Amino acid sequence: MTLQKVKGIPVALEGDRAVAEAMRQMNPDVVAAYPITPQTEIVMRFSDFVASGEVETEFIPVESEHASMSACIGASAAGGRVQTASSGAGIALMWEVLWVASGSRLPIVMHVVNRSLSAPLNIHCDHSDSIGMRDAGWVQLYDEDVQEAYDNAIQVVRIAEHPDVLLPTIHALDGFILGHSVERLEKLPDEAVTEFIGTYTPAYPLLDVEHPLSYGPMDLQDYFFEHKRQQAEAMVHALDVVAQVAEEYGDLTGRYHSLIEGYRLDDADFVTVMLGSTVGTAKCAVDLMREQGVKAGLLKIRCFRPFPAAAVAEALADRKAIAVLDRSLSFGAQINPLCLEVIGALYSHGFAPKLINYVYGLGGRDTVPAQICEIYQELVRIDREGVTGSVLRYLAVRD
Amino acid sequence: MVLNLEPISVERDLLAPGHRLCAGCAETIVVRQILHAVGEPVIVASSTGCLEVATSPYPYTSWRVPWIHSAFENAASTISGVETMYRALVKRGKIEDKGLKFVVFAGDGATYDIGLQFISGAMERGHRFLYVCLNNEAYMNTGIQRSSATPFGAWTTTSPVGKETPGKTQHRKDITAIFAAHNIPFVAQAAPHAWRDLMSKAKKAIAADGPSFINVIVPCQRGWRYAPGDTIELSRLAVDTCVWSLYEVVDGEWRLNYYPNPKKPVTDWLKSQGRFQHLLKPENKHVVDILQAEVDRQWTKLLERCKVS
Amino acid sequence: MKRDPANNISVTGVPSPKSWREIPIGGVITDAGNSEEYHTGGWRSFRPIWDWQKCVNCKVCWIYCPDGSIRIRDGAVAGIDLDYCKGCGICSKECPHDAIKMIEESAAEAEAKVKQ
Ligand SMILES: Cc1ncc(C[n+]2csc(CCOP(=O)(O)OP(=O)(O)O)c2C)c(N)n1
Ligand code: SF4
Ligand code: SF4
Repeated sequence: MTLQKVKGIPVALEGDRAVAEAMRQMNPDVVAAYPITPQTEIVMRFSDFVASGEVETEFIPVESEHASMSACIGASAAGGRVQTASSGAGIALMWEVLWVASGSRLPIVMHVVNRSLSAPLNIHCDHSDSIGMRDAGWVQLYDEDVQEAYDNAIQVVRIAEHPDVLLPTIHALDGFILGHSVERLEKLPDEAVTEFIGTYTPAYPLLDVEHPLSYGPMDLQDYFFEHKRQQAEAMVHALDVVAQVAEEYGDLTGRYHSLIEGYRLDDADFVTVMLGSTVGTAKCAVDLMREQGVKAGLLKIRCFRPFPAAAVAEALADRKAIAVLDRSLSFGAQINPLCLEVIGALYSHGFAPKLINYVYGLGGRDTVPAQICEIYQELVRIDREGVTGSVLRYLAVRD
Repeated sequence: MVLNLEPISVERDLLAPGHRLCAGCAETIVVRQILHAVGEPVIVASSTGCLEVATSPYPYTSWRVPWIHSAFENAASTISGVETMYRALVKRGKIEDKGLKFVVFAGDGATYDIGLQFISGAMERGHRFLYVCLNNEAYMNTGIQRSSATPFGAWTTTSPVGKETPGKTQHRKDITAIFAAHNIPFVAQAAPHAWRDLMSKAKKAIAADGPSFINVIVPCQRGWRYAPGDTIELSRLAVDTCVWSLYEVVDGEWRLNYYPNPKKPVTDWLKSQGRFQHLLKPENKHVVDILQAEVDRQWTKLLERCKVS
Repeated sequence: MKRDPANNISVTGVPSPKSWREIPIGGVITDAGNSEEYHTGGWRSFRPIWDWQKCVNCKVCWIYCPDGSIRIRDGAVAGIDLDYCKGCGICSKECPHDAIKMIEESAAEAEAKVKQ
């Protein structure tokens, strides 16, 4: 596809509204969704678009999130473009059918607004919900700011529907922190979005009565594993497709986001690694540390599934010390999900730099630049003293 | 609507043979009857259960029409999605309107228990589909566990017969009335021996402008413990003893479709199946009395609803 | 019937082992109704024997057979499809004219051998 760079339209929107706006522009065939804080704003806003006729979408006001994903599965298998949105408990309730969506190779798009999981009940951001579905076979992108939430919302459609991928896909924005914060962003003209996402031709449309298909058979020892192997391969393809779509989107908008992004990384000795909105906070910390003469840098992981292991290993290979920040806690694990991936990437490429893992921001606990500066200071100390100490740490929890 | 087997029997079955349901299983009798009544073009969704596993052991499928299974509880939501996408694509001119029909086949476990909310939601939203409950009164696919459709006193593997309990200790719930209370255009109970009644109900249901529900009793030789050849006879006996009544609720109006004469005692029903054998012992007479009283109570209530005196 | 090679299966019912590269994705089966290649007749321990002389062609057996195994030819009942009939005995029990008898499968097989 050859795209001409288009002039963006500056707007100020909350993250949820920016996503709803992208959905309006994409005008999917079917949306099935259920309200849950902090995603509700998306469903409400999109319902307005349906009511006012600004979209042609058929909206299914389901009675639960399990039903929303189930309806998305039916609608996607039927052979059209399908989207939903959810958070926290809603995603947990979908758990069983998240696997049905990916196992059936349905390119459903879900806009995730991150929220912690009960109990105790908490509506604020952490990544327990989307990281909790990391093994469910969905492609996962994480948004740094509202602009990226908007940009990713559009790109995921292309990724999910790519013939070499055909996997359901999420992009996740931090609840409240992005979801309910007004930021300035540039949106695309409607026609540019329409053109960018193109039309969707389903590989196996259930509605084609001339060629009857059976979806979701009982698949036992003979072929189940082969079907899982296909899914694994689709994830390998997704790695290329995420990068390629990002490139095309960059040509259109001038905003290039790839699988991973470094910030002042080239000569950095001390590096933090993370997902989501904390990247913005950490950039500020990097600048502060640089002012103090510490060679700080950061690595943002935009694409968590598939995990860009080679790129991550290459980016982190020769650093003096690394801290990986996880906004979810895998109880009983030695290290947490993002860190596990990073270590896996380094080890499999023959690197073993000094590395620690912080759990941070659970239940929306604020993370500020000063705290991240302390992490950099700790990395400096580790390098100086040559002793890593405890790998697993908790940021800003009262002792 | 007079149905005649002459023209129907020359039509191809939409469910191919070679499926792996047990010999004498009523589920496929009902599926065949309903699909012959509904006809093509039709899209079918199934819940997890005997029918689903036995008609789709990969790489085989018995479905000659588009068919989708997603999970145990969500067939109603799945068909909601399919039906909505159909409307969406037709509205947007992406596909042609071929008058597609949508049918769900699901077990009683999927319908009475784990899927109740999903069905209720789909009915309230008004999707146009026929939901058929293949009611064998237990979770048969997983080995005869009780459901809320299992009758009082019945043995199942999770309502076993022991010193403390004479089989299931609760009455089944009246799911047909629950769906009738959703004020959908067509709700009915049917039985496979009464094929003409069943098939004409399927025709009315699929013609309804909105959701419809048919609860069909499907005798299960393995779970109920009887000889496979007796399936249709048991269907008949269920109706003649009033443990299963044939009626329909059309636009809110209740109509009785069959009045057994004579109304046989429930003991005839109990004697016919292994799952009730313990009830025939003298010490369990009180259980039988309770069951008969409940059957009578339900029958009287039904007659009142149908304004039959 | 034309078969999709991706779902190609052998008539013996043993799936030919295909690699993950050769089968449709998502577990989708593209070959509608291919279970007819799987013969369930082997499950039978009793065999229905249809007597055309008694049969009045009411098709009661056809509407009740769970396995679609009552053959219809030119609009009339034409016997039993032994490839699929599981020998449940419903047709025999329900036939209003006593036109279908159940006999032991082993006896039927022995008889068939003698005839050969
Ligand atoms: C969420 C979930 N819970 C439990 C099961 C196990 N399971 C599969 S089928 C089934 C019972 C099906 O019973 P019913 O709906 O009555 O259908 P039948 O097999 O009797 O026709 C159960 C318990 C499952 N597949 N999914
Ligand atoms: S014995 Fe059963 S399976 Fe065989 S033809 Fe008769 S009804 Fe069908
Ligand atoms: S039920 Fe009996 S009489 Fe009727 S068609 Fe079948 S074999 Fe013939």
